[in-house]
Amino acid sequence: MKEFVTITIDDQEIKARPGEYIVDAARRNGIYIPTLCNMSGVKPAGSCRICTVNVNGRLMTSCTTPVAEGMEIETISQEIADFRKTVVELLLIEGNHFCPSCEKSGNCELQALGYRFEVMVPRFPYQFPKRDIDASNPKLIKDHNRCVLCKRCIRTILDEEGHHIFAFRYRGHQLQITIDPEYGMNMTDELAQKAAKNCPVGALLYRGKHGFEIPIGKRKYDKEPIGSDIEKLKKVKIS
Amino acid sequence: MDIKRVENIVANYNRDKTRLMDMLIDIQTEAGYIPAGAIPVIAKQTDTSQAYVEQTVSFYHFFRREPSGKYTVFLNSSVVANMMGRDKVARTFEEEAGCKFGEVTEDGLIGLFDTACIGMSDQEPAALINGKVFTRLTPFRVREIIRNMKKGNSLDELSTSGYGGGKNASELIRAEVRNNVQRQGPVMENDYTPGTVLREKLKHFSPDEVIWEIKLSEIRGRGGAGFPTGLKWEFCRRARGEKKYIFCNADEGEPGTFKDRVLLTEYPELMFEGMTLAAYAVGASEGILYIRYEYKYLENYLKHVLEKMRQQNLLGKNIAGKEGFDFDIRIQYGAGAYVCGEESALLESAEGKRGEPRFKPPFPVEKGYLGYPTVINNVETLCTAVKIMQFGSEWYRSLGTQESRGTKILSISGDCRYPGIYEMEWGYSVNDILDMAGAYDVQAVQVGGPSGSLIGPDEFDRIICYSDLATGGSFIIFNNTRDILKDVVMNFMEFFIEESCGSCVPCRNIPWLLKQKLEKILQGHGVWKDIEDMEEWAGMMRINRCGLGQTAANPVVSSLKNFRALYEEKIQKGKRFDEGFNLEKAVIESCEAVGRTPLI
Ligand SMILES: Cc1cc2nc3c(=O)[nH]c(=O)nc-3n(C[C@H](O)[C@H](O)[C@H](O)COP(=O)(O)O)c2cc1C
Ligand code: SF4
Ligand code: SF4
Ligand code: FES
Ligand code: FES
Repeated sequence: MKEFVTITIDDQEIKARPGEYIVDAARRNGIYIPTLCNMSGVKPAGSCRICTVNVNGRLMTSCTTPVAEGMEIETISQEIADFRKTVVELLLIEGNHFCPSCEKSGNCELQALGYRFEVMVPRFPYQFPKRDIDASNPKLIKDHNRCVLCKRCIRTILDEEGHHIFAFRYRGHQLQITIDPEYGMNMTDELAQKAAKNCPVGALLYRGKHGFEIPIGKRKYDKEPIGSDIEKLKKVKIS
Repeated sequence: MDIKRVENIVANYNRDKTRLMDMLIDIQTEAGYIPAGAIPVIAKQTDTSQAYVEQTVSFYHFFRREPSGKYTVFLNSSVVANMMGRDKVARTFEEEAGCKFGEVTEDGLIGLFDTACIGMSDQEPAALINGKVFTRLTPFRVREIIRNMKKGNSLDELSTSGYGGGKNASELIRAEVRNNVQRQGPVMENDYTPGTVLREKLKHFSPDEVIWEIKLSEIRGRGGAGFPTGLKWEFCRRARGEKKYIFCNADEGEPGTFKDRVLLTEYPELMFEGMTLAAYAVGASEGILYIRYEYKYLENYLKHVLEKMRQQNLLGKNIAGKEGFDFDIRIQYGAGAYVCGEESALLESAEGKRGEPRFKPPFPVEKGYLGYPTVINNVETLCTAVKIMQFGSEWYRSLGTQESRGTKILSISGDCRYPGIYEMEWGYSVNDILDMAGAYDVQAVQVGGPSGSLIGPDEFDRIICYSDLATGGSFIIFNNTRDILKDVVMNFMEFFIEESCGSCVPCRNIPWLLKQKLEKILQGHGVWKDIEDMEEWAGMMRINRCGLGQTAANPVVSSLKNFRALYEEKIQKGKRFDEGFNLEKAVIESCEAVGRTPLI
């Protein structure tokens, strides 16, 4: 197998590793493509669609599409910018996101994406759906108001024998996350913390610890916009 | 249903979680619903979790969570059903049964539920009652059916209108479904002896030569996407895998399509032979017919056909005397989810999961069922492939047009004299087809089902072919009495909202938002900006993962394009935005209601 393939992202030639996803190749080269459902190193879900880019003239999700020799990828255009913003806006109106009262504020990827893509007022009407908070699990609080259905919990939280602890229920507009009544009850602290950490928003909160230990204002995305860490790579390289 | 029985059912499928659909379907069929107590048992036995089992159960329309009546009625609520008088029929059901749709009678005898198109658009209104199909329903017949239910009659006894034609009347089917074959072509010709191609042609053709012949014919997939069949087979042949699979896609969920149902009823041997031919070409050893739950009434018959073909050595070992060519087919049912017609969702479903489409690449020909290279073809494609082998690619290429070879089976329904199945060469205009089906005073035609396009008279000279109006075969006709926005566009949007798997952010939300806009416009509150918004928002559907999401705004997009005046008529003129609420008018109305004189 070849050692690398050459692709172009926004007129910049890049050497990528065969088989790696576009989003990862871009990241290593200091190009930020926004993601939400994706997690590095975890099999992609390709569900939020925010990482959509133009690949050889076709719209593809960069978290699911492996690089191929000679690919021409466009990530900067009015159209792509609008898609990104739309996804964030849709997620904001679909649930109930009252950030000031949310323990994840400042560490929330959805909120950070909203800032980064300058969502002032969503173009879509707020739906204010009536959704439950499920506090039946001893280790986690599951707040459906904030869930973005990214499947990270489904994909990453399995017990030692490989049983799924999280799953979807229903479909379409009704879609929601469930915790298995049996394996969920017996979840280890470690796993529960991992679930809360992997959740990009404040939909899974770990009960064993104070949520406001780091004050709002000093949290991850309070300091710099989402994606900056990636973009810094590039600046380092150039200097 | 007791725990022992659930365990038995799970054991019948070797406690294999990839057979979860089969287990659930057996439980549903036997108990009439999936009892809550069954879920932990299945989870334990298959070594999954309850959440995992529940994920599959809750995805499918026909898996009920509560007892749904000794007689469970699923009345079709598609556009065509409505046009053919569903409303009266539904009201009669409610009155006679004594409960509303979505409910079960207090004594648990009758449950009434809506369902999406059940593939009977040429004989609507139609319903499934405990899996049996009842067509051409009228208030009179509904009264009769309910009377018989109250007497506790068997399903067969409920059916009082006699059996439909052809194989529908056979002992193994006994359905009142009609074939309504209005026009036969080479694929549906009756003079074919099943097995001829396997017996006569495989002697002279190597697998590569079969693929070559199919490629030469230039046939493209008949399921809607139109991918070249020969190329698909070639990719799969070249793909590396310990095993390979052939799937026949008989999910036929696009509202207004029913041609696969007729092929399955009258020509199942041809379709199974097509699967076997494909297996020979790509080197597959197992085949699966994925068929929608709505067609479960064909179960015994199809099993019988498979058994007969095994006896005739057209399936099994050393097929048709070809040393080492082993292949067999099993049947997999869906459970009510349109999206499972999408090929990768179909694979997920066949693996016992929720029918969520996969992202591509990888394509099924590389990594399909259980990770093995898999060919998925439509029923019609497979039937046609056999005819191509019989008469040769040259013959086939002489039919149709330059870039759309051969014939297409259309499912025609709606406002016309002769609804039914028409096998036509590609290349006729919409006008030709309307004239053929006896359709007059036509306001609009929906070509390709809700995901296709809605066209008006100024486009009736367009041609049915891949380069102009491509179609999987659904052709619904609306005359001048129909309210396009209210009856058609709204119904289609509701269909997509119901059927989205919910994974992609735009697909889960935008159809819902478009429906709200449409409601606003229909209620007379719309303004110019609403039309602009709808257009803009629909454009966002392009980033969805699968064909469902990518086309789910089409009813709005194509009606805005071709019937824009209907929208413009209904919006408030000269207003930039809608106040939403007219205080003055509301005060006057409420005063009237209580008999006071308004002060304003
Ligand atoms: C939402 C959706 C539903 C579909 N439903 C069907 C179907 O019911 N039957 C079918 O043959 N193809 C259906 N397709 C197309 C299949 O994905 C696939 O392209 C087809 O089965 C391939 O067979 P063909 O090449 O023989 O046409 C559907 C596609 C989408 C996106
Ligand atoms: S709970 Fe969190 S991780 Fe799980 S799907 Fe919802 S947002 Fe994603
Ligand atoms: S487009 Fe819709 S139906 Fe298709 S995968 Fe996405 S959410 Fe599911
Ligand atoms: S990050 Fe790629 S689809 Fe969500
Ligand atoms: S701030 Fe984003 S979900 Fe709470």
